[in-house]
Amino acid sequence: MALQSLKNCLWLSCVLRTPKACFWSTASGGLIIQSVSNDVYQNLAVEDWIHDHMDLEKQHVLFLWRNSPAVVIGRHQNPWQECNLRLLRQKNIKLARRRSGGGTVYHDLGNINLTFFTTRKKYERMENLKLIVKALKALRPQLDVHVTDRYDILLDRQYKISGTAAKLGRTSAYHHCTLLCNADKFVLSSVLKSPYKGLKSNATPSVPALVKNLFEEDPSLTSEILLDAIAKEYAVQHQIDHHITLINPADETLLPGIGNKTKELQTWEWVYGKTPKFSISTCVNMTYKDSVVDVKVNMDLKHGRIEVCNIDLPEQWLPPGLYSELVKGLTGSKFCPNEATTLVTTLLRVCPQDDELHSRWNLLCENMIRLM
Amino acid sequence: VCIHRVRSCSSIRFIKSKYVCVFDKSALKFSHQQRLFRTSAVSCGQIVQFKLSDIGEGITEVTVKEWYVKEGDSVSQFDSICEVQSDKASVTITSRYDGIIRKLHYSIDDIAFVGKPLVDIEIDASKGVASEEDVVETPPMSHEEHTHQEIKGHKTLATPAVRRLAMENNIKLSEIVGTGKDNRILKEDILNYLAKQTGAILPPSPKAEIVPPLRKPEAVPAAPKDKARKIPVPVSRPIAFSGKDRTEPVTGFQKAMVKTMSAALKIPHFGYSDEVDLTQLVQLREELKPVAEMRGVKLSFMPFFIKAASLGLLQYPILNASLDENCQNVTYKASHNIGVAMDTEQGLIVPNVKNVQVCSVFDIAVELNRLQSLGSAGQLGTSDLTGGTFTLSNIGTIGGTYAKPVILPPEVAIGALGKIQVLPRFNGKGEVFKAQIMNVSWSADHRIIDGATMARFSNLWKSYLENPASMLLDLK
Repeated sequence: MALQSLKNCLWLSCVLRTPKACFWSTASGGLIIQSVSNDVYQNLAVEDWIHDHMDLEKQHVLFLWRNSPAVVIGRHQNPWQECNLRLLRQKNIKLARRRSGGGTVYHDLGNINLTFFTTRKKYERMENLKLIVKALKALRPQLDVHVTDRYDILLDRQYKISGTAAKLGRTSAYHHCTLLCNADKFVLSSVLKSPYKGLKSNATPSVPALVKNLFEEDPSLTSEILLDAIAKEYAVQHQIDHHITLINPADETLLPGIGNKTKELQTWEWVYGKTPKFSISTCVNMTYKDSVVDVKVNMDLKHGRIEVCNIDLPEQWLPPGLYSELVKGLTGSKFCPNEATTLVTTLLRVCPQDDELHSRWNLLCENMIRLM
Repeated sequence: VCIHRVRSCSSIRFIKSKYVCVFDKSALKFSHQQRLFRTSAVSCGQIVQFKLSDIGEGITEVTVKEWYVKEGDSVSQFDSICEVQSDKASVTITSRYDGIIRKLHYSIDDIAFVGKPLVDIEIDASKGVASEEDVVETPPMSHEEHTHQEIKGHKTLATPAVRRLAMENNIKLSEIVGTGKDNRILKEDILNYLAKQTGAILPPSPKAEIVPPLRKPEAVPAAPKDKARKIPVPVSRPIAFSGKDRTEPVTGFQKAMVKTMSAALKIPHFGYSDEVDLTQLVQLREELKPVAEMRGVKLSFMPFFIKAASLGLLQYPILNASLDENCQNVTYKASHNIGVAMDTEQGLIVPNVKNVQVCSVFDIAVELNRLQSLGSAGQLGTSDLTGGTFTLSNIGTIGGTYAKPVILPPEVAIGALGKIQVLPRFNGKGEVFKAQIMNVSWSADHRIIDGATMARFSNLWKSYLENPASMLLDLK
């Protein structure tokens, strides 16, 4: 215990580059840390913090973390294109946007995340992935795992068990990847299927792949065993103690400013607002009384907000005044069901109290909201 | 020739800047020269082509995904310029220079090439240029500052604007811990340092200061010189320095509020307030809370207030009505769909409990729980938010006693409930006792509702709550 706290203390004095003597001058080469939190936002914030504040010249860092159910999209992706947002909301699965590139992944406690922090100059993804494969083979020599040139790790030559992404800054860089130990494949496949039609965007698309859990290959493998094996291999390669330091991402003393980073990652402006420009062009069929009404919807979206809104309704289906109120109201609003619902229900207060009118309005609005 | 003049002027400025008033007076003598100096500096700024540096791993091209600057913006060294992506790696490109962006060579989604120009930056010649390598280095400044840093023994990263701010306030940069990238000192760091120094701006809060565990004395990221200082707790910034107006368009929730409130303004409101003694109700709720909890429901006071309101509306149905646009017809609504104002992160929403006239207090509690959890998750549906006929706003949970609520069209009445306070009151025998008092403020549409009706409704509502047993007589 005392040894660990001493190490924490020394690690920090080096980390913050205060003008005190650095006890790590005998460059140890590496540090392995593991998060005690399963909150995806907190863990992503730790990555940001280390990337922004740690001096990686003297030592590299391996960060181990796991999250409770969450979908994580890449920096330049479109959440509407990548996953089933309705299902996420229903199942209370969090949505996060990370700062690194790449595609969308589903995290739960059966998936482990590994982040390799180095200086920008020492950024080298292949080395890291080979380290993981070496650790896996050392653990279970019969495992058929190898690294592809797309930086995936495949099991039995066909199943993807790891995906990679990276972030490069001015002086530091990180490469993180997942490792499927025992994740819920059913939820994974249902949540990563987008129901939204008519989306056109230049956002980075995800490449779907066949996946398999390591647990399915060998039921004796657990997340803990795998984490430990990888840490051991990292320790060997960096010639350091096989010792994992636990960190609490909520500890503002240890990681000053982490609270703000965590908060920023949860804002709507980051998660949805950073979506590259895209457009929706679709046709909605509404059943009203005994007929079907076709509504053509065309919208341009920028920063997650409706920039241009075109709804083609049959003439006079709604009084023109009310129709223009709807379009005016939606323009500039967030492409978000909560905001849209508040807007449309409020607009209803100031229009004539006619039951027929109300039911048409509700039908149209509910269909519009379903697009979000 | 013009560059030479610029340099000599700048050194004069820095040496004299400590004595601000002296500088100002002497500025009068120099003013003409100063002005000339400024205009000539602008035209002397050289345009530098900032090339896309090596990404690593043998990558030669990337896709530009987002610009953080636009033409005409001024940037400081190390500010982020853009985000590019290459094969699952997202790279933040930072500026090597201080200056003004004059040209962006690519648009979003274009392919950019390593070694080719990314942006053109006009460098302010007096400020100097950073070295070619991406090493932690300070841009060349006046002599005085340079030696100042060397004496301290380490280099501090800060932009010229930040340095000036520190200098004007007699702060040594080495005393500040930077929170920017690579421990760079930002303007906020100087402001926070100042806030701690003055103390007068911020309330003293000895309890709020976190004492770090003794085992990590070196880990404290406060100014190393001051041993007495503990870990700073983030506090509000001193108002003196912020002062930049921010304009945002009115969208979403706010737009909806603007619409509703503008319409509400057309309604001639009158107010009526009263005080309600909830002593007996408080006791009753205490008894019933565990019963409700066993059924998995949180029981607040609202279900009682709502049910009592519905009983009152049965006697005074005009309060549950709606006036049409031309004020020609009054529609008496059969259902009592009582809205409950809710404060969410995004703003005010008013979901309603449908058909309170046929619900028990427990039914209302169940429905309220459902609406509250949906409301905080931002998942209320259109049916929950439409069809309301009468509204209660429990502003007392946040605070306050009296209010002047605004009627939500197409309704004609609304009640605002203040907080429950323990106050001394006289009982029938003339003795003082502890009473649980809550104020209610009603607003009603004076076009169809008169003061007497409102008063009688309020008295009836009040009597049900002051003597909950009487509700039993009239419960449907």
